[in-house]
Amino acid sequence: MNPPPVEVLAARGRLHIFELAPWALAVAVYFLADSYLTVGAQILVTILFALSLDVIVGYAGIVTLGHAAFFGLGAYTAGILAVRGFGEPITGLLLAGLVSGAGGLISGAVILRTRGLTLVMLTLTVMLMLNEVANRAYWLTAGADGLFGFQIWPLFGKFRFDIYGRTAYWYCLAVLFLGWWFVRMLVYSPFGRSLTGIRENTRRMYAVGAPVRRRLVMAYTISAALAGIAGALLAQTTQSVAPSMINLDRSGTVLVMLILGGVGRLYGAFVGVPVFMLAEDTLAKQDPTYWLFWIGVAIVALVLFARGGILGIFDRLLAGTHAWRRL
Amino acid sequence: MEAPVNVAVPVLEARQLSKHFGALAVTNNVNFSLALGARHALIGPNGAGKTTFINLLSGTLRPSAGSVFLAGEDVTRCSEAQRVKRGLGRTFQINQLYVGLTVLENVLIAVAERAGIAYRLFRPIWWYRKHVDEAYAHLEQLGIAEDALKPVRELSYGRQRLVEIALALALRPAVLLLDEPAAGVPKGESSIILDVIGALPRDVAVLIIEHDMDIVFRFAQCVTVMVQGVVFAEGIPREISADPRVRSVYLGEQPHG
Repeated sequence: MNPPPVEVLAARGRLHIFELAPWALAVAVYFLADSYLTVGAQILVTILFALSLDVIVGYAGIVTLGHAAFFGLGAYTAGILAVRGFGEPITGLLLAGLVSGAGGLISGAVILRTRGLTLVMLTLTVMLMLNEVANRAYWLTAGADGLFGFQIWPLFGKFRFDIYGRTAYWYCLAVLFLGWWFVRMLVYSPFGRSLTGIRENTRRMYAVGAPVRRRLVMAYTISAALAGIAGALLAQTTQSVAPSMINLDRSGTVLVMLILGGVGRLYGAFVGVPVFMLAEDTLAKQDPTYWLFWIGVAIVALVLFARGGILGIFDRLLAGTHAWRRL
Repeated sequence: MEAPVNVAVPVLEARQLSKHFGALAVTNNVNFSLALGARHALIGPNGAGKTTFINLLSGTLRPSAGSVFLAGEDVTRCSEAQRVKRGLGRTFQINQLYVGLTVLENVLIAVAERAGIAYRLFRPIWWYRKHVDEAYAHLEQLGIAEDALKPVRELSYGRQRLVEIALALALRPAVLLLDEPAAGVPKGESSIILDVIGALPRDVAVLIIEHDMDIVFRFAQCVTVMVQGVVFAEGIPREISADPRVRSVYLGEQPHG
């Protein structure tokens, strides 16, 4: 007799050995390649940012070009707090999540009435408006100069943020781990399934009685809060915030990194971000003038020949290998 | 108001319902009522406005005039989702399914919405064992349990039509609107769908749009004929099939019996 359906569903969501690989790798980097800690911390932050984007793009099916708005909102929240003399990192992080979440809730409630291209344009508009605020509100944000040189207090009152970036690395890794844990829980929850339902067939979602827009706004809020936490992490670990954190470049790049890894599968961010950032690093050294061109070529090739991103390629190579299918 | 003789309050009622697209009246002043546990068929030539009428009842479309009542309450201003909460379920003429998800997950999404757990995010969905079992029971009821763990897109069209019905049943509706449930299904498979429709719970009132007259006359206790957005005739199947006017506008092309 077959196992009961509940067992089969549960088996799909059980933690698999593959899922520990990114963490093992991150810990290994700390011990084996400690000259990469600064870059490493930035990669970890960007993974969290891309992961937050995956919640709305990959699961809820909302395409956005303005996700940097929330990243920046979080970064500024943490930066402003620290500049004003309150440099407690965890509190800063939580407040950043709260402020960005509020930003997601308010803007989402307005713009998620629309769909498709209109929505994409509105996400872009919200971000541009916020960028302008960051530029103009000099008294708060120091305008185009940005905020820098502020003090972040030791973590838990104990661990100073050292110049080698050791504390920063562990801090980013721990926060990313918690963020990943939360998103993983979310995507397997009834709420996560309902988001997938909206992405797969919105019409049917209405017909089963789902309050679609409210659900989308909730997802948008959660995603914005996570993006804000990522932004705050970057602000705290680099001790600087600038209006360039809220621009199309950052919004677009994070989307490209997510697509590169694979959208809507939890681990796309973990693959796409390091590959993109390391490729960027290598190519920029080899061809300082035209490195972006090569990134472009790689992405065109990927979109044409491997629509599921890098993880999608593995899908085809390992088709049928049961354990792989759900990653 | 003229109520049918032996029924107190109709479970679903349309009063002077109209829908205009510009100058075109797609639904024109339609009065209609569905009794508790009814088996009612809506027929009419192509373009008669049957699907528009269903969409007005379900709340997918807003009427230009008139009102819709569910269990005696005016729901004209209620959204589609609110009408679902009040017991109105529907299927679509063209499958509207979550094709990338498994059959079980499809029905589970509907069960989660009905049970009000769909906003919960701190437990995995399989933690709600009762609801998973409920979803599975719906699949067993419709004879598609063996496909529970297959993605919907791997199913034959006929079996996908059954998932379509399962999604509506998972809402435990008091009224079920079936928009051509056998449309697009090869002859061989359509008998399975017919059996499923025949075995629907007796307490559910069913309104079915159907082109296949065999299904209509086997299934329905009452038939409404719609032509150009107005109710052309209404009655028991035998009356309708004998009505010379109906034969000329509709059945004339494919005489029955």
